Amino acid sequence: MSEQKKKSGTPLLDELEKGPWPSFVADLKKLAEKKPAVGQLLEQMEQSYETRVNYWTGTVLNLDGYGGGVIARYSDLGKKLPEVAQFHTIRVIEPSGWMYSTAALRELCDISEKHSSGILQLHGMTGDILMLGSDNKTTFEAGEALMQKGWDIGGSGGALRTLACCVGPAYCEMSCFDTLEVTKRLTDHFISYLHRPELPYKFKFKLSGCPNDCANSIQRSDMPIIGTWMDDIRIDKDEVAKFVAEHGEEYVVENVITRCPTKCIHLRKKEIVIENADCVRCMHCINVMHKALAPGKKRGVTILLGGKRTLKIGDTMGSVMVPFMPLETEEDMERLFDLVGRIWEFWGENGMEHERVGEFIERVGLATFLEGVGLEPDPRMVRHPRTNPYIKFEEYTGPQIAGEPKVAPPVLDKENEPRESI
Amino acid sequence: MAAIEQKKMAPRDQGAPNYKEYLHPLMVKNYGKWKYHEKVKPGVIKRVAEGGDVLWVVRAGSPRTLSVDKVRGICQIADKFCKGFLRFTSRANVEFFVDRLEDVEPLVREVRDKLGFPIGGTGNGVTNIVHTQGWMHCNLPGTDALGAVKALMDELYDEFTNERLPARVKISLSCCSINCGGQADIAVNLQHHHPPKINHNNMQICELPKVVAICPVAAIRPATVGSKNSLEVVEEKCMYCGACHGQCPSMEIRDPDTDTLSLWVGGKSANTRGGPSFMKLALWGLPNNPPRWPEVGAAVKTLLRAYKDSAKEYERMGEWIDRIGWKRFFDLTGFPFTKYHIDTYRFARTTFNTSTQVKP
Ligand code: SF4
Ligand code: SF4
Ligand code: SF4
Ligand code: SF4
Repeated sequence: MSEQKKKSGTPLLDELEKGPWPSFVADLKKLAEKKPAVGQLLEQMEQSYETRVNYWTGTVLNLDGYGGGVIARYSDLGKKLPEVAQFHTIRVIEPSGWMYSTAALRELCDISEKHSSGILQLHGMTGDILMLGSDNKTTFEAGEALMQKGWDIGGSGGALRTLACCVGPAYCEMSCFDTLEVTKRLTDHFISYLHRPELPYKFKFKLSGCPNDCANSIQRSDMPIIGTWMDDIRIDKDEVAKFVAEHGEEYVVENVITRCPTKCIHLRKKEIVIENADCVRCMHCINVMHKALAPGKKRGVTILLGGKRTLKIGDTMGSVMVPFMPLETEEDMERLFDLVGRIWEFWGENGMEHERVGEFIERVGLATFLEGVGLEPDPRMVRHPRTNPYIKFEEYTGPQIAGEPKVAPPVLDKENEPRESI
Repeated sequence: MAAIEQKKMAPRDQGAPNYKEYLHPLMVKNYGKWKYHEKVKPGVIKRVAEGGDVLWVVRAGSPRTLSVDKVRGICQIADKFCKGFLRFTSRANVEFFVDRLEDVEPLVREVRDKLGFPIGGTGNGVTNIVHTQGWMHCNLPGTDALGAVKALMDELYDEFTNERLPARVKISLSCCSINCGGQADIAVNLQHHHPPKINHNNMQICELPKVVAICPVAAIRPATVGSKNSLEVVEEKCMYCGACHGQCPSMEIRDPDTDTLSLWVGGKSANTRGGPSFMKLALWGLPNNPPRWPEVGAAVKTLLRAYKDSAKEYERMGEWIDRIGWKRFFDLTGFPFTKYHIDTYRFARTTFNTSTQVKP
């Protein structure tokens, strides 16, 4: 191995220059010619590739006036690789729908090249623009330079996180509300929560224009906001006829009719008939016959709550909080702001540290949560009513106040011998 | 002006950038008034507005981690063909907007030749892999998401540039059990095989109660080791989730000798048909084998082959398995079904078959 090492500093990483898919290694090696830190970054990664050990230690670093947004990394190999001893990431709020002008992108490039390592990640898992590779000093310079140009810093820690949304009305015909605008409005309205951790734990919004959920909101955000409609699916008879003629009746039955989850769409005399009262707005028929079928005109959103990844209770999906509301006018926006405010207040007061809103709902119960935030129970919030009889009626006991005990989970009794460290 | 201004801090709390300045003129004109779309070929979609305007959207795969010069290269192409407007997708693809059909092919060529990016990632194929920071920038990873994704996309290149699978296949890759990569039709995730090893010398005393509190199964308790306050883990309770490691670096959950990768299948976000679903364990114990993780590539290809041969059109990975059943899934893929596939966590019983509905 050490023989080989003399030829190239990074023989293992070099293997990733091969193959047809664009190689980040090749790209970064070129960048390393003018940015020594990038060369040392690759050296550190090479060592990880050899040992399968990671060499980053994480902490926080805050820009003046902000309580998050910088992911600080210190290299355990800092003595050997001083250029990456401090190698931080700045999260920057992306434009709605990740839309850019080249002028805006070039601005980011110039700032990154001047104050940071010249590595951008487009984009982070939450949605932010990630600017990698500034140190304790240049992080502040980069942050100032970004903000001078009107960019703002993204969220981290127990705060509102940077929002993300699908392309929506910018070019998608399925979109049932203005994902780009609502994303910007929510960001701007709650910007202080994004910059100053005040919530029990992180809170993510993701917005998708229709139930296809291209923003993966239902599983990746605490508050998925998903476009939908409440009137009838629009049918263009001529286009239906064309589709049936082109594909044949059997294809339509096999791929559209029989795939409907509620069996509410039919092919009768080569025409599409939909029992809209039974349609759950799943999008399948519209996706397949997208010239012939389209979402209705009475549009709005379904709002869910509680989606998140594995930690700690296992994955959870968002569940319905607001089955339907329009989201078009200023009053609609105010209603949304107000709802978010009530949720944060109740969760903020009663949630435990590190408890996502979905975990909180699970702990206190959905019914209690609805009361706490002032929402009326609706059958569309559940798959079905309860199957057990253990109802905690409140008539004779007084209401159970949700989440009142702010206690940590019980620590075990010492039932086992204390072990030596392993 | 510059001299005085320089000392002043830039304005705070400015909020999100104004996306309206970044919309292609045809998007501004037809905002919310799009009528339908048509596939031209893999990676190229024609978007038609109610008024008849047409916008071609050309999608290219990027490695997500980009040098500024690569980004400038992208900009150059967008300036030349797209009036200076473009976007990125949630899966790190770049989308170029073209308003003249005759510009599509020259743009495709430049994207391929100058950037080295493949055109594709649309429709019923494998799109770009959502992935995490790995050894490049996270403090927790047991593997390198960037390299593993590059190697896997090399293997799946032809599925990115074609649309020849039953339905779209979304893949994610995560470098620890926190699984930042998220739900997907196929997920490759790092798997730990034993409880954390505690570095008692480096315990950050002030954080101990927080570390105790973060364990989902209450497996951590205070202990005195030597004369120091430290923690211990009740091994019978621990399920190797690594939550404590995120809270405290001294709870070392990673192990370069024993960590492996597993394959999860059937996650879906879209509300189409049966609605969203979580992915399930398909295969565990793949070696964490940099720099090219060949065993992962081989397993994913085996899985895709079985899916391609047996799924119906519009059937996502999870829906296909729902139809054929897990027995046949394991038969078709040749993956072994083991006792570790049976859930032992909180809602295990809801995953048992409580009927006589069994297939031969
Ligand atoms: S979620 Fe719906 S509206 Fe948004 S991009 Fe996807 S299909 Fe279009
Ligand atoms: S949208 Fe879904 S539920 Fe409604 S008719 Fe179409 S396939 Fe059926
Ligand atoms: S999956 Fe784990 S190691 Fe990878 S980026 Fe996320 S937290 Fe870090
Ligand atoms: S790995 Fe998870 S289960 Fe085990 S001690 Fe740490 S937090 Fe608890």
